[in-house]
Amino acid sequence: MFEKQYDVAVIGSGPGGLAAAIAAKEAGAQDVVVIERDVELGGILLQCIHNGFGSVIFKEDLTGPEYAYRFIDQAREVGVEAMMDTFVLDLTPHREIYAINKRDGMVKINARAVVLAMGCRERPRGALAIPGFRPAGIYTAGTAQRLVNIEGYMPGERFVILGSGDIGMIMARRLTFEGAKVERMLEILPYISGLKRNYVQCVLDYNIPLQLQRTVIDIKGRNRVEAVVSAQVDEHWQPIPGTEETIPCDTLLLSVGLIPENELSKKAGVELNPLTGGPYVDDTMQTNVPGIFAAGNVVHVYDLVDWVTKAGLLAGRHAGEYATQRRTESDRKLRVVAGDNVHHVIPEVLDPSDLEREPLELQFRVRRPVEAPVWVKVEADGELVKRKTERYVRPSEMIMVKLSPKDYDKVAGAKKLSVRVEEKG
Amino acid sequence: MAEETTKLICITCPVGCELTVTHEGKKVLKVEGNQCKLGIEYAKQEISEPRRMIITTVRVKGGFHPLVPVRSAEPVPKEKIFPILKELRKVELEAPIEMHQVVLENALGTGVDVVTSRSLPAS
Ligand SMILES: Cc1cc2nc3c(=O)[nH]c(=O)nc-3n(C[C@H](O)[C@H](O)[C@H](O)COP(=O)(O)OP(=O)(O)OC[C@H]3O[C@@H](n4cnc5c(N)ncnc54)[C@H](O)[C@@H]3O)c2cc1C
Ligand code: SF4
Repeated sequence: MFEKQYDVAVIGSGPGGLAAAIAAKEAGAQDVVVIERDVELGGILLQCIHNGFGSVIFKEDLTGPEYAYRFIDQAREVGVEAMMDTFVLDLTPHREIYAINKRDGMVKINARAVVLAMGCRERPRGALAIPGFRPAGIYTAGTAQRLVNIEGYMPGERFVILGSGDIGMIMARRLTFEGAKVERMLEILPYISGLKRNYVQCVLDYNIPLQLQRTVIDIKGRNRVEAVVSAQVDEHWQPIPGTEETIPCDTLLLSVGLIPENELSKKAGVELNPLTGGPYVDDTMQTNVPGIFAAGNVVHVYDLVDWVTKAGLLAGRHAGEYATQRRTESDRKLRVVAGDNVHHVIPEVLDPSDLEREPLELQFRVRRPVEAPVWVKVEADGELVKRKTERYVRPSEMIMVKLSPKDYDKVAGAKKLSVRVEEKG
Repeated sequence: MAEETTKLICITCPVGCELTVTHEGKKVLKVEGNQCKLGIEYAKQEISEPRRMIITTVRVKGGFHPLVPVRSAEPVPKEKIFPILKELRKVELEAPIEMHQVVLENALGTGVDVVTSRSLPAS
């Protein structure tokens, strides 16, 4: 078997992986490799050809491929090695990676540090429990995006899109541009789940009919989709009899959410948080397995790619320092927990002494939307450490609160940090 | 001209403020509901001449992929979107392709170029 040793091996070449590889190099790691199953670097962004990327990092309005290329070029310049068309099959707690490609067959890579950057995948149809046959013409929105934008293949002519997530809305516009007809978008929730700006420029602009609190209850057609049957749902998401409508179409797209891709992580003994589907990480983005770090959508699904890049830079720097033995130990003793109206917080545990040296960012999502000003409060064993105002909070948008070295004294001896959101009186 | 009100959602940033715009024809008199100044600019543009980005793909001969993504360098007037898309359908580029190679210069007289948004090697 072909075998090789690296300081840092990054699995996945999306923005999270590329940033991690670049930062690991800059932190002094000698040999850094990115392993990617696709035939080119860049990850999912290569199929996200629309604009709206890079507003935070570059203060520019870039398309997905433009954003990806900034980092692909930089990775090449700093000498990151790329192993493409290579699928990682297994990862051990001792940081041995088993991968396969056409050129070398089985490959074994021993790495001093590993960064998991496998991204996320779409919820498949199985998770939806739609009855009926399995006719052709059912795709996830992301699969359709790849077919239309990269492979040049239109999966149908008349579409129904289930879910109002951003990928679904963006595909509604894209298919309209390609001359297809989007007959309907259906959303089970009483509100749109993606961004309002996508609702305006992808749905309203092209008069695509969108219905809330409706779902698909049946799919007609034996070989190919011929129609879907929709129905109104009650507050428990149960279809209301008598509200059925048959919508003729030849293709159904599912845009019903993303989940972190962690099959490999589990094999290495990385512990996953059931709330996010991603690994528990500390403030250096290290998982519970020493030397295995994680970055990007593999940890929790970010709403802006700029945050993915930032998380990648952080994970990569620490992986580089771990690999070059500048830092191998961490005193992870301060737990970070979710308080009122907080779904989860990243990181979940931290070494308070890190805060003495540099600022630290807590990222979280809320459980319920509040369309009014709120307090975000960080407390150490119940004592206020920091508070800030947000004009509104929505589950679809990640929120950040920064702690600075000034706050170190308040958290140094604490056992638990908590983050909560409180409506202003 | 009579005063009218139009409801808009500002798309300049993810907040998505719901704007109520009072205007006389294309002349904006008052904007309400905006959380920042950019909302006023958006309302003025949207009432006088709404503009949007063009994002699509064009065919490529001999490329690593059969298509390359393209974008308008800036937003174009909304009513020009479908006519420009139609022009782009006629285009076939030859690989290799550079990033930001011009695909359609001054697209249909809008003063805006359509350019590629990635490089693409030959197959
Ligand atoms: C269909 C889809 C559309 C999206 N659209 C948008 C959007 O419009 N805007 C936005 O901000 N975000 C979008 N996202 C979220 C997007 O994933 C992130 O913004 C960003 O690309 C995440 O970067 P990443 O590096 O974490 O993961 P990715 O970009 O997904 O990269 C992960 C990489 O890991 C590789 N990989 C996975 N497993 C293995 C393995 N076993 N062996 C080798 N390689 C492996 C994959 O091939 C992939 O290239 C979208 C996500 C999906 C799934
Ligand atoms: S008005 Fe300002 S804050 Fe509101 S959506 Fe527009 S740009 Fe964003």
